[in-house]
Amino acid sequence: MKLWIAFWNILAKDMRTYYLKPPNVSWGLIFPLAWTGMFFIRSGSGLDSITALLPGVVAVAILFGTTSMLSVTVTFEKKNRSFERLLLAPIPFELLMLAKTGGAILFGMANAFVPVVMAAFLADLSTVSWGVFVPGVFLIAAASTFLGLFIAVSVSEVFEAQTFSNFFRFPMIFLCGLFFPVENLPVFLKPLSYALPLTYGADALHGAVDGSHCMPFALDLSLLGAFCIGLFAVSLWNIKRKWIA
Amino acid sequence: MSDSINVENLFKRFENVEAVAGISFSVGQGELFGFLGPNGAGKTTTINMLTGLARPDKGAIRIGGIDCTGNPKAAQRLVGIVPDESNLYPELTGFENLCFCAALYGIAKAERQSRARELLDDFALTPAADRKFAGYSKGMKRKLTVAAGIIHRPPILFLDEPTTGIDVASARQLRQLIASLHRDGTTIFLTTHYIEEAERLCDRIAFIVSGRIVRIDTVERLVQPVSEKHVMRIACAQIPAGIEDRLAEAFPEFAVALSTGGFIRVESGKPVKVGPLVRFLEDNGAEVKEARRARPSLEDVFVSITGVEADAMRREKEKKGGGQ
Ligand SMILES: Nc1ncnc2c1ncn2[C@@H]1O[C@H](COP(=O)(O)OP(=O)(O)OP(=O)(O)O)[C@@H](O)[C@H]1O
Ligand SMILES: [Mg+2]
Repeated sequence: MKLWIAFWNILAKDMRTYYLKPPNVSWGLIFPLAWTGMFFIRSGSGLDSITALLPGVVAVAILFGTTSMLSVTVTFEKKNRSFERLLLAPIPFELLMLAKTGGAILFGMANAFVPVVMAAFLADLSTVSWGVFVPGVFLIAAASTFLGLFIAVSVSEVFEAQTFSNFFRFPMIFLCGLFFPVENLPVFLKPLSYALPLTYGADALHGAVDGSHCMPFALDLSLLGAFCIGLFAVSLWNIKRKWIA
Repeated sequence: MSDSINVENLFKRFENVEAVAGISFSVGQGELFGFLGPNGAGKTTTINMLTGLARPDKGAIRIGGIDCTGNPKAAQRLVGIVPDESNLYPELTGFENLCFCAALYGIAKAERQSRARELLDDFALTPAADRKFAGYSKGMKRKLTVAAGIIHRPPILFLDEPTTGIDVASARQLRQLIASLHRDGTTIFLTTHYIEEAERLCDRIAFIVSGRIVRIDTVERLVQPVSEKHVMRIACAQIPAGIEDRLAEAFPEFAVALSTGGFIRVESGKPVKVGPLVRFLEDNGAEVKEARRARPSLEDVFVSITGVEADAMRREKEKKGGGQ
């Protein structure tokens, strides 16, 4: 059994039918632009603040690009029963779910580099340590995809998935130190922010772009990795329990 | 010859419904096995448990000699499934859908494509090959779903009501396809509501009622008790009221029933003589158009078995409920 054929085709089908659709692609371009513009206007500062904004915009672009996608690739396919086809195929369940989420992770990473390319025209990015930035982007994309998966398997309707993911996403923008440092948060919100994966992703990205991080890179990245494994495992367990009744 | 499917004492309960209540059967290699029963009898639930979409509460399953009881993935590569509802991808075309399904079974690109074209052709779907599945008619969807189930040439095939919702010509074609897969040695597990279809196609049939198998036998042996009966169907332009009782009085050896469309059905253990019967009816004001011997069919068996069993079960349940 050539498992890679199945793996690649599941991933490629999702890419083609869901991610690379014009609305998604244009959304991926407009979204970071809008965010950057918004913070520019608010802070009123010049071009040198671009590097301060970049990590936040990158993280938000990933977060919004990935979490909502799973409500389509998983919840929608569960609803129209085509997901049963995948469950009936002779593919190990873990591999199947990696194929289903792999497309969203790649799409999230592609989204992340839209603001990076834009920033490259406006600011000097030569000091960015890409060796941390790229793994950071990958792990943020994986963690938010698996968060989306976790949400998608907890609900049964597509609209519930969308609503539920906003419930997670919007607080995360403000709690994870993307635009406002975690130190400035009220004391009672700090534990909450350390319980969210994006906090460590944002810290790593800030560190990679302008050196302003408060935890070692290794700690940031391994905590993110742990979140990925945890969310993936819980989602798989949930699917097995709920969908194979 | 070893069994392709072997099920022992399988149970499945949903909240307060006992969907499958202790069934056991086996299907030999290359056999075409029919699984018949009224709505809600547990046919689809059984297929789901055998293929890995549902987890049995109790019981053992072997597919193709592989023990799948705790690991439904173990034998999935041997199995093809045509579910009761079409579940292909609405946003892919017919051709893409088939290629994708073949890819799930690890088939290489060139073979996937040629096989997909071949099947589209077999099912007369070539003109719709490049149209999106979402835009297919119900029957076209059904046909493509069947094609998707056999694209990887599985040695064991589960068909859940394959001919439901498709036109007469296509249904006939599909039955021919099932028969030819059977001839080529595919083991087939078929559920259907068309008893005639089961009678024509199946080697053996199990009747399932309320999650229990009530009869399991070859078609020949199932029909035998009714084939010893003699049945006469008399078509009348007009049936006078009370004729049923008068007939029963005059011919005590007959079991008489009126059926819709102006038919009188007479059943007897001995050959029915037409002359006296028709004369009696005409004398009593019936206008006989035609009298004809009816061939007893599996349908009679099905109605009698499932009807009787369902009644008995209901009474048993009521008794239990009353005793509490
Ligand atoms: N997921 C489920 N949750 C709750 N009850 C279920 C579920 N699936 C099936 N059932 C119940 O189990 C029983 C058997 O259902 P099943 O679908 O197996 O019947 P069937 O024989 O396939 O009927 P049909 O001829 O209508 O397709 C029914 O009473 C049904 O309501
Ligand atoms: Mg059914």
